[in-house]
Amino acid sequence: MSHVALPEPDAAIVARRDTIVEDLRRLIGPAAVIGDEDGRRAYETDALTAYRRMPLAVVLPGSTEEVSRVLAYCHQNNIKVVARGAGTSLSGGALPTEDAVVVGVSRMSRVLEVDYVNRIARVEVGITNLGISEAVKARDFFYAPDPSSQLACTLAGNIGMNSGGAHCLKYGVTTNNVLGLKMVLMDGEIVEIGGAHLDSPGYDLLGLVIGSEGQLGIATEATVRILRAAEGARPMLLGFDSSEAAGQCVSAIIGAGIIPVAIEFMDRPAIHVCEAFAKAGYPMEVEALLIIEVEGSNEEMTDLLAVITEIAKPFAPKAIRVSQSAEQSAAIWKGRKAAFGAIGRISDYYCMDGVIPLGKLGEVLVAIAHICDRAGLRVANIFHAGDGNLHPLILYDANKPDEADRAEKAGAEVLELCVAAGGCLTGEHGVGIEKRDLMRVQFNETDLTLQMRIKTVFDPKWLLNPAKVFPLDGRTAAALEAA
Amino acid sequence: MLTNIRPVDERECARVLAEATATHTPITVLGGGSKQHVGRPMNTAANISTKGLRGVTLYEPSEMVMSARAGTPLEQIEDALAARGQMLAFEPIELAMLNGGEANQGTVAGMFAANLAGARRIRVGAPRDHLLGVRGVNGRGEIFKSGGRVMKNVTGYDLCRGLAGSWGTLAVMSEVTFKVVPAPEDTATLILLGLPDEIAVEVLCAAMATPYEVSGAVHLQPQIVARLWHEGLRRQGQALTALRIENFAKSVAYRSGKLKDHLKAYGEIHDLDRENSLAFWGELRQLSVLQGSDAPLWRISTPPSAGPKVVSAIAAYMESRAFYDWSGGLVWIEVLSTTDAGAADIRRVIATHGGHATLIRAEPQVRSAVEVFQPLEAGLQKLTRKIKAAFDPAGILNPGRMYANH
Repeated sequence: MSHVALPEPDAAIVARRDTIVEDLRRLIGPAAVIGDEDGRRAYETDALTAYRRMPLAVVLPGSTEEVSRVLAYCHQNNIKVVARGAGTSLSGGALPTEDAVVVGVSRMSRVLEVDYVNRIARVEVGITNLGISEAVKARDFFYAPDPSSQLACTLAGNIGMNSGGAHCLKYGVTTNNVLGLKMVLMDGEIVEIGGAHLDSPGYDLLGLVIGSEGQLGIATEATVRILRAAEGARPMLLGFDSSEAAGQCVSAIIGAGIIPVAIEFMDRPAIHVCEAFAKAGYPMEVEALLIIEVEGSNEEMTDLLAVITEIAKPFAPKAIRVSQSAEQSAAIWKGRKAAFGAIGRISDYYCMDGVIPLGKLGEVLVAIAHICDRAGLRVANIFHAGDGNLHPLILYDANKPDEADRAEKAGAEVLELCVAAGGCLTGEHGVGIEKRDLMRVQFNETDLTLQMRIKTVFDPKWLLNPAKVFPLDGRTAAALEAA
Repeated sequence: MLTNIRPVDERECARVLAEATATHTPITVLGGGSKQHVGRPMNTAANISTKGLRGVTLYEPSEMVMSARAGTPLEQIEDALAARGQMLAFEPIELAMLNGGEANQGTVAGMFAANLAGARRIRVGAPRDHLLGVRGVNGRGEIFKSGGRVMKNVTGYDLCRGLAGSWGTLAVMSEVTFKVVPAPEDTATLILLGLPDEIAVEVLCAAMATPYEVSGAVHLQPQIVARLWHEGLRRQGQALTALRIENFAKSVAYRSGKLKDHLKAYGEIHDLDRENSLAFWGELRQLSVLQGSDAPLWRISTPPSAGPKVVSAIAAYMESRAFYDWSGGLVWIEVLSTTDAGAADIRRVIATHGGHATLIRAEPQVRSAVEVFQPLEAGLQKLTRKIKAAFDPAGILNPGRMYANH
């Protein structure tokens, strides 16, 4: 898979590599700069592994001031910069270019302050997502956004991509849970946005920066909201004869005024692969499966799951299983949480991340099946049903080059379908390089120009995370004019 | 000569703004005008109102999403939601009556442009957290969109949130799409009386740290209590601390009980039933306790535990009375200061404790003379000016409303 074009590296910069590495070592110390080829190779790709580029150099600063020194130097010398958390991006968001310095934040991972009275934590952004929750677990608090990669991914990457997770239906995504950032602009200036209080004075710069895919600056510290955990959480399983019935059941639950903490959907192929791998005890004869989780006291959860069971009845569920114990809860989630790994064991796959209005689920799944049929490929669908985030996993064999190409093309068609259905290209993985050239499916030139003007405000030379988000041929003079 | 323009569609709006930019004509952007007294007074040549752009364009209760044209009255939005058992989660507050205006004049886009949330903000977020998509016209007269109608969307930069809280200085919104939520089946309130501010905020923070999903946490000083419309509460004549629980009826009963038990060390705890709870939180949404006065009024956001410190520091400089929302983190404070509405002292206090302060009510000459919005540090000020220029290079939209120089 390699349809997305990457620009030719700047030969003059590449030719100066040794000098640049020397300069960087002088700026932040030799131990924090990786110049050798083997060392750099560890940073040549992210979780979109089809694309690889050796970076010019890698720096691992230990402080905001070191990040500032590196950026000021790169700015003066017109060297591109790619910020990197843990490299778990599924859209190529952390892919380097040969003429860019990778700034990894992995060494900056401390918890600086936990304030249970004001319910905030101040952390360095190289901390893993789960690391924040681990730091406050003893007091029954947690950090709400929970992307599937939470064991590995950093808060830095979550800020870049505005990451969500299975529980964002109730708790929101990254932008709803970050109150403040310390950030270094491309020219090395350090700014502080927000803080331990709610809502910004002036324009909502936090809102602009979160989800800007590392193109507006490099965050180094964050103040995040921490929440007291519910008394308990309990899932149930519902199996249906059709995806439409499952979708209608979700509508009915929300229509009845219930917002479960998670509503996950799997179609038949996904159920079968996950069951074979995880032995979760999923019903194998159904076409669609819902995992619905509620929170509260034992009695509250029992009541709520009983109400949901009643609501589901008109949709003729073929299987109903309410967890009766922690072991059963774990089993119900085990299959779903193992889904990506399980499918990865039987096949290579291309994971899409479109979003659709829930009411369109049935017709979109039929259309996706047609697209993949035509491409001669199989597909399994996983869906965060509560918020419309659809992950079709298109299966292919990487050893057959035409299959990979067909998968990528089918994926693009699926995303165009999502936009046509009233949805969008990406719900949580970001645009990166992967969906860069599809941006015109969702936005017209004026929409894109306005976004690019914001890019120019923060990074007038367009040095940060190059060749991502915007189509390469789209950089109109209007977008680049000095703001 | 001042003209009033009321476009009937996006295209007309675009024509007007393109011409205004070409002729460098400054324009006041209005929805229903319910917040027109907030900000620095402006010297503009025309008004553009969104009131000609009306109507709910999409409502899918089962997907918890609604779209409406910018000038749709907020009242109409809330009625449509209530008819399907839903609501806006963040309890938008009403400012008009603070300046002697009438209730229910606000529009849906004005609500997002001001980004002012009520009591439920501590649990569910502000208007900006619920804004999913915007269509609008920037100062150049370009029609643009950002976001969409689905709950999760990270496609491109998040310009929607950039527009929330921009007070009409970046663009004229033409249509907004937002998340809505089911209204709770039941509501109950726990009341503690006579607590000093510091202890009261300790109670509020302790309640927020429980798993019972407290959705309102306020404290009213005695002079503020004396202005409550709710007679029974007003008659208490002492400081009032209130916590709200919303959920299904059975859960409300269970959680109120647990919370009472958790807080019993702080003194006697009284209950308000559903009807009285709705009345009490309803009047707070209208800022009943801050009406009927023309004393300068500040809205200060700070970490909750800093709230009482901010209030006592201000009280050392000037006579004042305070209403704490958001578990103590949002302070509405009326001050009796004859010169600058207390701006210099209040800014100094904020610099010590963190947060930001906005002067919500003051005479126009005061609002011309002092910074109404929190002054920004140099780096943020520079970004702010450039963002303004990216949307509105000629500086025609609400010029000077937020900051004197742009």
